[in-house]
Amino acid sequence: MAVKFSVSNLDLYYGDFQALKNINIRMNENEVTAFIGPSGCGKSTLLKSLNRMNDLVEGCKITGTVLLDNVDIYKNMEITELRKNVGMVFQKPNPFPMSIYDNIAYGPRTHGIKRKSQLDEIVETSLKQASIWEEVKDRLKKSALGLSGGQQQRLCIARALAVKPEVILMDEPTSALDPISTMKIEELCFDLKKEYTIIIVTHNMQQATRISDKTAFFLHGEIVEFGETGQIFAMPKDKRTEDYITGRFG
Amino acid sequence: MTKKLFAEKFMKAVFLICACVSIIAVAIICFFMFVRGIPAMREIGFVEFLFGEKWRPTAQIPKFGILPMIMGSIYVTAGAIIIGVPIGLLTAIFLAKFCPKKLYKLLMPPINLMAGIPSIIYGFFGMVVLVPLTRTLFGGDGNSILTASLLLGIMILPTIVGLSESALKAVPESYYEGAVALGATHERAVATVIFPAAKSGIMAAVILGIGRAIGETMAVIMVAGNQPRMPKGILKGVRTLTSNIVTEMGYAEGLHYEALIATAVVLFVFILILNVLFSIVSNKAAPISFKRKKVKKEEA
Ligand SMILES: Nc1ncnc2c1ncn2[C@@H]1O[C@H](COP(=O)(O)OP(=O)(O)O)[C@@H](O)[C@H]1O
Ligand SMILES: [Mg+2]
Repeated sequence: MAVKFSVSNLDLYYGDFQALKNINIRMNENEVTAFIGPSGCGKSTLLKSLNRMNDLVEGCKITGTVLLDNVDIYKNMEITELRKNVGMVFQKPNPFPMSIYDNIAYGPRTHGIKRKSQLDEIVETSLKQASIWEEVKDRLKKSALGLSGGQQQRLCIARALAVKPEVILMDEPTSALDPISTMKIEELCFDLKKEYTIIIVTHNMQQATRISDKTAFFLHGEIVEFGETGQIFAMPKDKRTEDYITGRFG
Repeated sequence: MTKKLFAEKFMKAVFLICACVSIIAVAIICFFMFVRGIPAMREIGFVEFLFGEKWRPTAQIPKFGILPMIMGSIYVTAGAIIIGVPIGLLTAIFLAKFCPKKLYKLLMPPINLMAGIPSIIYGFFGMVVLVPLTRTLFGGDGNSILTASLLLGIMILPTIVGLSESALKAVPESYYEGAVALGATHERAVATVIFPAAKSGIMAAVILGIGRAIGETMAVIMVAGNQPRMPKGILKGVRTLTSNIVTEMGYAEGLHYEALIATAVVLFVFILILNVLFSIVSNKAAPISFKRKKVKKEEA
């Protein structure tokens, strides 16, 4: 399978604090890669390095390389172009305080699409892909803040899909949601990986086993173990991974 | 009753009395003004008073029409808005979203100081700087609607800048992150997500600015010319409701005196309307809870 993201020798500092230590990992196209590990171990930090959201953090320094389709995203790519190709879904649903339609159309408009018919079509396909179309098709002009938490999160997924990214980063997308919404989003991940590459942070290990192809286990800013999800959970090679997944710490 | 319980009750009573003082003050102000003002309006005739174009309180046959002053206040305030709001908003956006930290620390104290400068000092500034400036640039004698608008536009800046800056800063960071994560530039995220999200707070800031402008007295008297006639052009002098009261209160008597109080009633009503508007939009400024409620209503 083709490699989508390739991270090598990545070190990341927040001021003096080293949050990531010598990260090397490759993520394949059309796979779901899960990041697991105790909180504070650097999962979100690595995820945010993949679409350069860390650039917003003052005092954040990064060394090493991150290649997306063999292009260095820190050196040879416009940041807006990168973020168009690598979408992100946040832990807490963050729909904009505007209508459902305008939420979805925001990305395409940002990238220069103005024609109403084209926008209409993008809004409809994105909402369908995020399987929320049926629930909102009669209220597209209503505020997105009126939706439930689970609907808001699927709306955010649709919003990310609307710019036609290649990769979708998800940072604990279901941690604020009820079980049914969580299930819907997991099913969604499963459907979406046919067309997209998905990288998901989760602290829920069942979730990782249910939806991911590969799993990376993080501890104190390092990747302890990375491999097939089945292998990681059934036969972890590292003692620390085993301790974590059997619930002995974290 | 235990000692502690008594102390608690006692303090409660003290707080209650303190809270009542301001309410009572407002009530007394209302009462006094309406009791003295309304009869005068009735004597002059409500229509004659509010829509009369002549103000000749000391003539043989006195005329008490305050329309010139109402229009004066409206013109001068509108001018202040036209000048102060764009400058204030751009300043607020810069301070909240574009300003380097060091520059911010340098800019904030003078802006806060502006709010504390007594209006007589603004008035002097207007007399010494703005009046000659408009005189040389545009002709006329310099005491004009334009000058007053300029001065008031400057005076309302701290109100508008301060409040809209906090409104912009109060917009959740997650909106901004959502926008840039979709590939929006910083400028686009600010203009299309943050600014609209802060709209109600910004409206509240503008309304408070209007209130400040319409109630301003000293500074306006010093630069507006104070002719009690219908405004004829922005380079002509004008008198506002507030300056009408101050200019003539010293020697007015009888119906003239009462008419000035009635003028204050009209001003008071203006301020009341602004206050109602303010509470409506600042209710809206609590974004999520309010909008949720609204959405639910729409569904029902
Ligand atoms: N903006 C930041 N500034 C400073 N330190 C940070 C920042 N964000 C995260 N950290 C630190 O980096 C470490 C990794 O954080 P994070 O990637 O959020 O962990 P995780 O997502 O695995 O819970 C933590 O110790 C956290 O305190
Ligand atoms: Mg995290």
